Amino acid sequence: MKKPMIKVQHRKIAANEADNSRRQFLKIGSIAVVGSGLLLSCSSDDDFTGPVDPDPNAVFDLGSGDVGILNYAYALEQLEAAFYTQVLDGSYWASASAQERLILEDLYKHEVIHRDFFKAAITGAVNGDTSKVLPELEFDFSSVDFGNRSSVLGTARVLEDTGVAAYNGAGSLLETPDYLVIAGKIVSVEARHAAAIRSIFFDDPKAFAGDDVVNANGLDVAQSPSDILTAVGQTGFVKTEFTANQLPTG
Amino acid sequence: MNIIKFLDEFTSENLLAKTSSRRDVFGTFGSLGKKAALAAIPFGLATSSGKAYAAQDQNAAIGALQLALTLEYLEAEFYLKALESGVLPGGSRAEAVYQQISKHESAHVAFLKSGLGDNSIESPEFDFTAGGAFDPFNYNGTGQEVAYAQLLALAQAFEDTGVRAYKGQAGNLMGTQFLTPALQIHSVEARHASEVRRLRADVMGLNLEQNALGWITLDNKGPGMPEATQAVYNGEENVTQGEVNLVDATAFDAVAVSQSFDEPMSGETASTIAGLFIVS
Repeated sequence: MKKPMIKVQHRKIAANEADNSRRQFLKIGSIAVVGSGLLLSCSSDDDFTGPVDPDPNAVFDLGSGDVGILNYAYALEQLEAAFYTQVLDGSYWASASAQERLILEDLYKHEVIHRDFFKAAITGAVNGDTSKVLPELEFDFSSVDFGNRSSVLGTARVLEDTGVAAYNGAGSLLETPDYLVIAGKIVSVEARHAAAIRSIFFDDPKAFAGDDVVNANGLDVAQSPSDILTAVGQTGFVKTEFTANQLPTG
Repeated sequence: MNIIKFLDEFTSENLLAKTSSRRDVFGTFGSLGKKAALAAIPFGLATSSGKAYAAQDQNAAIGALQLALTLEYLEAEFYLKALESGVLPGGSRAEAVYQQISKHESAHVAFLKSGLGDNSIESPEFDFTAGGAFDPFNYNGTGQEVAYAQLLALAQAFEDTGVRAYKGQAGNLMGTQFLTPALQIHSVEARHASEVRRLRADVMGLNLEQNALGWITLDNKGPGMPEATQAVYNGEENVTQGEVNLVDATAFDAVAVSQSFDEPMSGETASTIAGLFIVS
């Protein structure tokens, strides 16, 4: 069943472009997006047969339905895994306290495992059609000083809190109960990470679940894929373009 | 004095069976077990695994939220009493951590009561000594040091249970307006769990101990945790996700793989664990 794709506004993600022209930014759609109010197109298709461009050089689209959400999570896990891989190659980690070394090494392992899990899970979900699996992304962490504790832990803090907000916001977009449970299995580990990083990075002993991330109802942050992708785009970390034109929006 | 030794001492094997099977738990806890069984009846919810998408099953959603509220009542009262007990060192990191967690658990109670509306339930009556096995508030003269160790151990058990219990109910909330808020509570419980685990490790001087990190390793309850809390960790050793054995599929061992995923817990298991602390 084919449905017309909803046309959306595309604007350019280029928050920091003036500051660092070397950076390339995650672009949403063939036209990239700037500022707030990014609108992603939405597909109400329940199947996973979104249009696939046969051109191998085409910009990858995350896809629709559950596969789209899984690819979205895979992109975030690739980002985290790539970041911690560089952390462990950096001079800050090499000279950090034993406790901080251990925490960061564990986070590295967990995020690489999450990344590899998604690759396997999505490949299975699309019956081995690798054209529907997000390719290996390239990243640019040149704005992070891997020799500097604040730069490393501050970036880790952002990535972990972002991961929590992303999974919390994506759960209701999933249609398959088993995927929801798996997302739940991962998000709580991301939240454990976020709390640990906050705990060692901030002086405030309440920062592990600080008032900046937990509201008066005791609820953590939940953000939509479009908000998350906009924020990720603004970091400038993602070099490889991909689009998110068919993700469900709930 | 060695805090781990303390914890080993108060772990009375005749009271707290090594096995977590329902039968043994009930057998060793006697009348308490019967109460736990009663408590489990309204919450006898299956996990979602393999079940068809049942968005319209309002009863399942209500049951899930009632279980959540019961666990939040337990936690909220526990932290309030902990802060009132004088057991936590004044001005300590532990006190600040408990204050922040207490604030959240009380907010969760109010939020869930409001969300359930007419389907809300009253708080059970709790006994945090679990029939005399513990004395976390030092009501019975066990001493500040032992009480402190128990306060930390019980907090860890409650938080790790909360994480697993919410996860186990997610399927029952699919398609309802409560799913996202439940996920938002779930990740807060996970933040709490991480911090309480790391706080315990710090107090015990075991910051580098593999089983005392912010995440759960295999099914290890961690150093100094009472044997009775093993039920909280059973099943956490799973390394197969989505039918993929991740020890085989990645470059990492079972320790790292098991840490990377938290496992859900059935409503029945969560009710049984909570039931150990429910008088009526």
